[in-house]
Amino acid sequence: MQTIIKVRNIKTVFGKNIVHNGLNLDIHKGNIYGLLGPSGCGKTTLLREMVLLQKYDAGFIDILGYNFSNITEKQSQHLRREWGVLFQSGALFSSLSVAQNIALGLVEYSDLSRKMIDEIVAFKINLVGLKPRDADLFPSQISGGMKKKAALARALALDPKLLFLDEPTSGLDPISAREFDSLILKLRDLLGLTIVMVSHDLRSIYDTLDRIAVIDNKQIIYEGSLDKIRDENSEFIQTFFKANT
Amino acid sequence: MNKSGLEIQQNSTTLSLDFFGDFTLYQISKYEVAIEGASYNKYGFIEINLKHVTLLDTAAALYLHSFVHKLDNKHISHTIITDKKETLDTINLTKRYHGEVLKKKKEKKSCIHKLGSYAYKHILSYLAFISFLGKLFSTKLYTIKNISQIRFKEIFFEINESGIKAIPIIALTSFLIGLVVAFQSAHQLKLYGANIFIVDMLGLSILRELAPVITAIVIAGRSGSAFTAQIGAMKITQELDAMRTMGFDPYMFLVLPRIIALMITMPILIFLADIMGILGGMIVANTNLGISTDMFLSRFLEVIHIQNFYVGIFKGPFFAFLIASIGIYRGLIVKDDTQSIGFNTTKSVVESIFAVIVCDALFSIAFTNLGI
Repeated sequence: MQTIIKVRNIKTVFGKNIVHNGLNLDIHKGNIYGLLGPSGCGKTTLLREMVLLQKYDAGFIDILGYNFSNITEKQSQHLRREWGVLFQSGALFSSLSVAQNIALGLVEYSDLSRKMIDEIVAFKINLVGLKPRDADLFPSQISGGMKKKAALARALALDPKLLFLDEPTSGLDPISAREFDSLILKLRDLLGLTIVMVSHDLRSIYDTLDRIAVIDNKQIIYEGSLDKIRDENSEFIQTFFKANT
Repeated sequence: MNKSGLEIQQNSTTLSLDFFGDFTLYQISKYEVAIEGASYNKYGFIEINLKHVTLLDTAAALYLHSFVHKLDNKHISHTIITDKKETLDTINLTKRYHGEVLKKKKEKKSCIHKLGSYAYKHILSYLAFISFLGKLFSTKLYTIKNISQIRFKEIFFEINESGIKAIPIIALTSFLIGLVVAFQSAHQLKLYGANIFIVDMLGLSILRELAPVITAIVIAGRSGSAFTAQIGAMKITQELDAMRTMGFDPYMFLVLPRIIALMITMPILIFLADIMGILGGMIVANTNLGISTDMFLSRFLEVIHIQNFYVGIFKGPFFAFLIASIGIYRGLIVKDDTQSIGFNTTKSVVESIFAVIVCDALFSIAFTNLGI
């Protein structure tokens, strides 16, 4: 299986506080990969490092063959079109309507006609389960679940190969959360996406993930499939998976 | 990246479109032009060959979908050739989730309708401002009764933020204004040999008008905008709601301290602006008109009555109240999006400067009629 993301010996330091001390990960094509860990363990930081929002202090990250330690600005611009990112609260641009948010990447990066862009936007809106009439609403007019769906549609606008999700189901009611899970599974199957997500939602962890990495005490304490995770002798894993069953 | 392209082969009845390489949203418009250029309308049968396509994305599949739809409408028969499962899956996916594009209905409003709704909105916003003032005064009355509840810590914090930290900029601005006004009039006064009257002119204009208004404008730009942005951001992040649920009245904790602090600091800043403005004028009088500092000061004491100074200082709290209340009101009505902060901050600065100037004009009329 093709490895899309390689993380090697990542070290991150904030002031005096060491966040990561030697993280190693391999994420394969077509997988849904989860990052788990107690609050403040640096899951979101790792995710931000993977999408070039933040610099790490040692080691390297390699995504789709680009090594972040010596990536040029042109390469990183190219890479940014190859992935979609869904932020925890959606981060839709509040001055644009849902449709304009989704169309933004298409308008800026492609030379498609307006009609074609409208059609693509309508397709993505339909794909994530929004209604056509939601297209003209503004982010302040829609609910949290709709915001996440719209943000997902925006992340999918350029048909990325890779999708990063930061707590996709947090703040959603259980029904919307399960819908979101099945949506992510469906998209993976239909579009052949590789998905990396940070999640705390146990149901969504069991339902969607192929592999999981648990970060605790600055290191990865478990990496692999979900079957064997309960055998792992770690306080966090034991409490998290026992307490929630 | 794979090389991608489109080969078009034509014979008498068949047009075959042979796509190869990646077929993604970056290629669509190029292919579209090529296909339109081949005038496909003339042919009875169109063959779309996707056998050599390495990657078909959903945008390209959507394009094919609408192309095929167009062919159907023109009764041109067609076929799509592919042997890749992924390509077929993508095509089926777009078929299944093909959404309709809703045409935006643009309502046409008549001129009167627009004027009416504009006026109505303005009236509503004035009413909202009056209700804000009402709430403000009721809180003020409450604090006068319960003097121990006044948030002295916040007031002193705000005095430091919007008063003490504004000293350098206000000192510099008013110094320059004094300098410029004296410089401009020095030449004219020299023509008439009326050099000494520069003292009367500077004293009256700076103490009565320039110092208060310049200070107010600087404070409106500096603190008024800050109030709007701070409180607006607090509203978006729901901090105001959090305060309310914890029983901390925002008027008590945020609004009143800011207004009181600004009303205290403004007269002091105007006093400072008076000093610096006169100092600027004095320097020009000395260098350009040959009036020594001693002469300037003795003439100043002779012709400028103390009431001129009081008039300028007296305006301070009023200007401060206008600036602070407009800034805070604009912060409180920020809506739930980031655009709204920018909009209201702009509005707050413009409105408070406007209000200060109107208020100043009213004072001028009143003082003149009262003979002060």
